[in-house]
Amino acid sequence: MSLDIWMRENPLTYVWIGSYAVAFAIFAVEIAMVVHKRKITLQQVRLMREASEED
Amino acid sequence: MAINWFKYSAPTTFYPLAGKLIPWFAVSSAILFAIGLYIGFVVAPADATQGEFYRIIFIHVPSSIISMLLYMVMAGYAALGLIFNTRLSSMMASAIAPTGALFAFISLWTGALWGKPMWGAWWVWDARLTSELILLFLYLGFISLHASIDDPRRADRASALLAIVGSVNVPIIYFSVKWWNTLHQGSTIKYSGTSMHVAMQQAMFTMLAACWLYAIVIALTRVRSIILDREKNTKWINELDEVRS
Amino acid sequence: MKKLSLLSLLILVVRRDLVLAMRRRADVLTTLIFFVMVVSLFPLGVGPEIDMLRKMAPGVLWVAALLASMLSLGRLFSADYLDGTLEQMLLAPQSLSVLVLGKMASHWMVSGLPLVLLTPVLGLQFDMSVPAIGVLMLTLLLGTPVLSMVGAIGAALTLGLRGGGVLLSLLVLPLCIPVLIFGTGAVQAVTSGLNVSAHLSLMGALLVLALVFTPWVTAQALRISME
Repeated sequence: MSLDIWMRENPLTYVWIGSYAVAFAIFAVEIAMVVHKRKITLQQVRLMREASEED
Repeated sequence: MAINWFKYSAPTTFYPLAGKLIPWFAVSSAILFAIGLYIGFVVAPADATQGEFYRIIFIHVPSSIISMLLYMVMAGYAALGLIFNTRLSSMMASAIAPTGALFAFISLWTGALWGKPMWGAWWVWDARLTSELILLFLYLGFISLHASIDDPRRADRASALLAIVGSVNVPIIYFSVKWWNTLHQGSTIKYSGTSMHVAMQQAMFTMLAACWLYAIVIALTRVRSIILDREKNTKWINELDEVRS
Repeated sequence: MKKLSLLSLLILVVRRDLVLAMRRRADVLTTLIFFVMVVSLFPLGVGPEIDMLRKMAPGVLWVAALLASMLSLGRLFSADYLDGTLEQMLLAPQSLSVLVLGKMASHWMVSGLPLVLLTPVLGLQFDMSVPAIGVLMLTLLLGTPVLSMVGAIGAALTLGLRGGGVLLSLLVLPLCIPVLIFGTGAVQAVTSGLNVSAHLSLMGALLVLALVFTPWVTAQALRISME
């Protein structure tokens, strides 16, 4: 019940925290994951290259 | 000027091209997000009936549209990969799927947050929300099928077939859910019912473009990692600048 | 090997699979017992008010039928896959789509048809009226073949995978939603005195669509999984 009252009194805060902040947090996590994946893959490829050069 | 599009369907040429395009798309996506939020929260007036709550529309509607569009794009790439046996198309399909699932999730989440002040309930079995939920299930099915097959070739082809079957089913599911919903006389949001202010439309289209560019950036970055991973034994990968350094 | 006519090929496959199923009667019975158990659990879960149960009955029976058919789908191709028969079927100069259709048909006879026949008993448990039970049986008769056919695509795609059973349900259940909606909708229409022909025609349309496309798609899926 208290959430309902708070919501009516601060609609913009509700909209911002509830949907936009969550959406942008999801975007941020996805970007971090994609960048991390790229870093890991590059590392692997470099390692394989070095290993094959040593042979 | 005739551009040879097939040239870019080979990973060798696509990889550097995508690398060059990503920063541009990323910057324009960020700018459009800023403009869209500015118009949506400063320029656009509060809605007569829904007050400030309607401003969720600027993230809710674009993410729903993008999630559906991405499914179609994904199924299209999957079909290309299956029919013409092009490696890059299958890689694109698997790069798009997680982003599509996340957009479907954002759409459901913001829909629930919009529903609470409007209907007094977090979840209403509205036709659109229900179809979006099923779309999320279809994405999750695609991702889990792709993830549980070890052989990348079989994974690509099997999940491509699933994506095509899913895309044939999407309209059937949508209409059956809509029909089910009218049968039970559930409440529906009427976006078109309230007259939309020009600034509201501008904000929505700007946010839609921003989300679309964001999806492109993420998909391209992800597909670059996939290309690197799948082709790591080839010569051209080993001669790339970022690999040599 | 001489090329058989399509119809005799179909009959041959159906007979073979039925004989195999009869040799392993326990499998068939497990599905049935599962169906009865799930349906009987609902009153225990939601309480014995007969009005509510009567309203819920079509949905409960349909969802239980959906889950029961998922349960048996894993076996559709796996036994043939493990002993190499499936590979021979792929190599055989016969139409793979027809072979697959035969397997779908026998799967339905073994796992779908018994559910339809059991429905009146379970319907009475939920105090459904006789016309409602009749329509429910009719929708199950039209709908369970679609479940077998759409499920076969999933079974072919997940052939030989780790955790195939759960994955199979994840893939197939969303695709079965239209059948569920029209199936339960028809029963609700008849209990509220409306015409059921719209629901039944739509289910018939789904059945025809599935009959035309799913054997071919499943054949493609098998080729992908077996190469």
